[in-house]
Amino acid sequence: MFLEERKDVAGGYSCNHSSPLQIAQGVLFKKCKSQLKYSTHTNLAKAWNKIYFTGQPFSTSHTTVDPKEMKKFQLLAYKWWDEHGEYSALHSMNDIRVPFIRDTVLNMRNDHPLGSPLSGMKILDIGCGGGLLTEPLGRLGASVTGIDPVEDNIRTAELHKSFDPVLGKRIQYKSCSLEDLVEEASETFDSIVASEVVEHVADVEMFVRCCSRVLKPEGSLFITTINKSQLSYLLGIVVAEKVLGIVPAGTHEWEKFIAPEELERILESNGFLVKTVKGMLYNPLFGSWSWIGSTSINYALHAVKSTAQEQSGPSEPPLEIDKEQLQTEASIGTGS
Amino acid sequence: MAAVMALLPCRRFGPRKSLCFCSGRAAFLGWRGGSARSSASEAVYDVVVSGGGMVGSAMAAALGHDVHLHEKKILLLEAGPRKATNQLPKSYSNRVSAITPGSATLLNSFGAWDHICSMRVKPFRRMQVWDACSEAMIIFDKDNLEDMGYIVENDVIMSALTKQLDAISDRVEVLYRSRALGYTWPLPYQTCDSSPWVEIDLADGRKLQTKLLIGADGQNSMVRKAAGLQNIQYQYDQSAVVATLHLSEATDNNVAWQRFLPSGPIALLPLSDTVSSLVWSTSHEHASQLQNMDEESFVDSINSAFWSNANHSDFIDTAGSLFRSAVSLLMPSGSVARQLPPSVAKVDLKSRAVFPLGLGHATEYVQHRVALIGDAAHRVHPLAGQGVNMGFGDITCLMHHLSAAAFNGKDLGSLNHLLQYEREQQTHNLSIMVAIDLLKRLYSTSAAPFVLLRTWGLQATNVASPVKEQIMAFASK
Repeated sequence: MFLEERKDVAGGYSCNHSSPLQIAQGVLFKKCKSQLKYSTHTNLAKAWNKIYFTGQPFSTSHTTVDPKEMKKFQLLAYKWWDEHGEYSALHSMNDIRVPFIRDTVLNMRNDHPLGSPLSGMKILDIGCGGGLLTEPLGRLGASVTGIDPVEDNIRTAELHKSFDPVLGKRIQYKSCSLEDLVEEASETFDSIVASEVVEHVADVEMFVRCCSRVLKPEGSLFITTINKSQLSYLLGIVVAEKVLGIVPAGTHEWEKFIAPEELERILESNGFLVKTVKGMLYNPLFGSWSWIGSTSINYALHAVKSTAQEQSGPSEPPLEIDKEQLQTEASIGTGS
Repeated sequence: MAAVMALLPCRRFGPRKSLCFCSGRAAFLGWRGGSARSSASEAVYDVVVSGGGMVGSAMAAALGHDVHLHEKKILLLEAGPRKATNQLPKSYSNRVSAITPGSATLLNSFGAWDHICSMRVKPFRRMQVWDACSEAMIIFDKDNLEDMGYIVENDVIMSALTKQLDAISDRVEVLYRSRALGYTWPLPYQTCDSSPWVEIDLADGRKLQTKLLIGADGQNSMVRKAAGLQNIQYQYDQSAVVATLHLSEATDNNVAWQRFLPSGPIALLPLSDTVSSLVWSTSHEHASQLQNMDEESFVDSINSAFWSNANHSDFIDTAGSLFRSAVSLLMPSGSVARQLPPSVAKVDLKSRAVFPLGLGHATEYVQHRVALIGDAAHRVHPLAGQGVNMGFGDITCLMHHLSAAAFNGKDLGSLNHLLQYEREQQTHNLSIMVAIDLLKRLYSTSAAPFVLLRTWGLQATNVASPVKEQIMAFASK
């Protein structure tokens, strides 16, 4: 029933826009409607839990960060940068996700200076964690803003780049949430990268809209995430977390996983054009990732923010957090 | 054989030191207050190559010419002075290298080969290797008159590399007369208060930092020792005598000759129509005799080493000719005609030199932020002319991985792709080293069973074209 309704929405933009939102929130988060949650793997030791949760709440938007989710990540280990440690799968994912972003960008631009294919690009890395993906993008010449609501992640990332004079200039980290950026950074970024983030987000629709706000027209959104299938449950949670321990236990909630069709529908109904959806497969034996035809477990997606005209087609429900944006959008909408 | 087995790589996967980033609040606060460290005056390089010999200079030039490394800060450290040879000396140098087509391709990839060709290079089209104890021989040649390899003076290679480095001085910094006194290695994990890079203390008091240190500092590599990379080595009971020789008459001189004497192989490598280079591996005692004898006796010794049949025995000769006639019955057009080596008339004054021979192999080529290339990783007997070519092979392989790593935005010093380099190159180098070591041992004896074995083996290989082609393809990589 739900699926049919969603397909309708995906097929025709003119459909009642509020239904996907209701589905997403109604099913998953009845009580916290405007909560946007995308923090990834935190690495707080127990001591830090106390410091941050009792004495030092987040100065920014702690209302939009799901405290339950936060706590879960605090139990995870803290060695972001050990290539063979707990996050080895994320490290090795760079072997395919960095080329995916790089080649997609290279295909869309004509010239770039030798040795820095992403030079001149402003990229937002949402849920940057320890900076595992932020640093490679910076090395390729992009100026990257990495954001993560977990301050400890940001500190780890800051520390790691602090010794590198090149990255020091190119990378900026901020401990904040996406919606904190929406107002100050509207239409700022050429690309947004949200790798292994969407599966932790409470309200994907809101997330996508915020992405759209901070993205320049025709900017690219890169997402990698986990499908919501039985196979992904089996492999992503049972095998990866419980049997093999590739991913720390408790990292994922299957309910928050999202199917590519669903993600595509949300993107398309929010003014994005989905260009690519590719399946990814992790081989735990070699610790390596490869592209596959099937998107049934992990997948990567590239979408482009379409021009203002298309975007203004379906009227969107007002978001409390970015009235300014809506005003500008409304003016564009009336103009077209 | 035990010695050969000992060369096999044995990467240690010991327990990793586990250091957490900041194991306490104090450390964290300490870091926050000390962010000035990032703007330290010490230069941070992406790659520092230690050792500006043929392999180190070629590595630096290759790094400087790679498009994906275009933005990287690269430095070459050389203890010696700049080898600026604007004018080629008239006489040939006694130190020469046999450059394989694979090495020539590498040198060509960054423009050094053109310089070499415009200076002095002698291509050879044929290689004839034969035994002093029998008639057995093997001839390598290419049907289509392609070059099998090139004999180039080391000075010419160095001069070409220096020119290429000059041309890219904006991308590759070269510090001549700079010696590293010591290295400080980073911990495998980043901590709050220690640099994650390799720190290099120079003799002049300067300190450098690099994300990747490439040790190209020769067989007594300081990088290898300082990094604690294990090296298995032993000295052969042989020294090599080198000299520049003049032939009795001008010929095409496009054959590389090598004869296995019981005391060691003697090789005559063409340098021009009338000049060849000698590499004669023999006992230490005989080597020093050869170095000190008068010119005439020296020339006589060389000629007799190539021509004498004093080591032949009737039994082996009969067995060898039986085998040959059997082969010619089966394959009437199978074998190539034996050629006779040119006779030597004169040796260049002061061109005689002696150096000891040994074998060495690092059990690990890489570590976190460190990689060894060239003689720092492997030292071989010159009998197959592979020494510098193995070094150039290291460069090709390491460049491939570094270039890919840079294009993927990776940390160049990360162990993952360095290990890939080690895996590939160690396998290749080991098989060459084992083959060379076995050949050296097999030919160091005049005991009849071994002589018979190698006679038949050589004869069989000589008629088996596919096998020969395989050998050539492998050795010319």
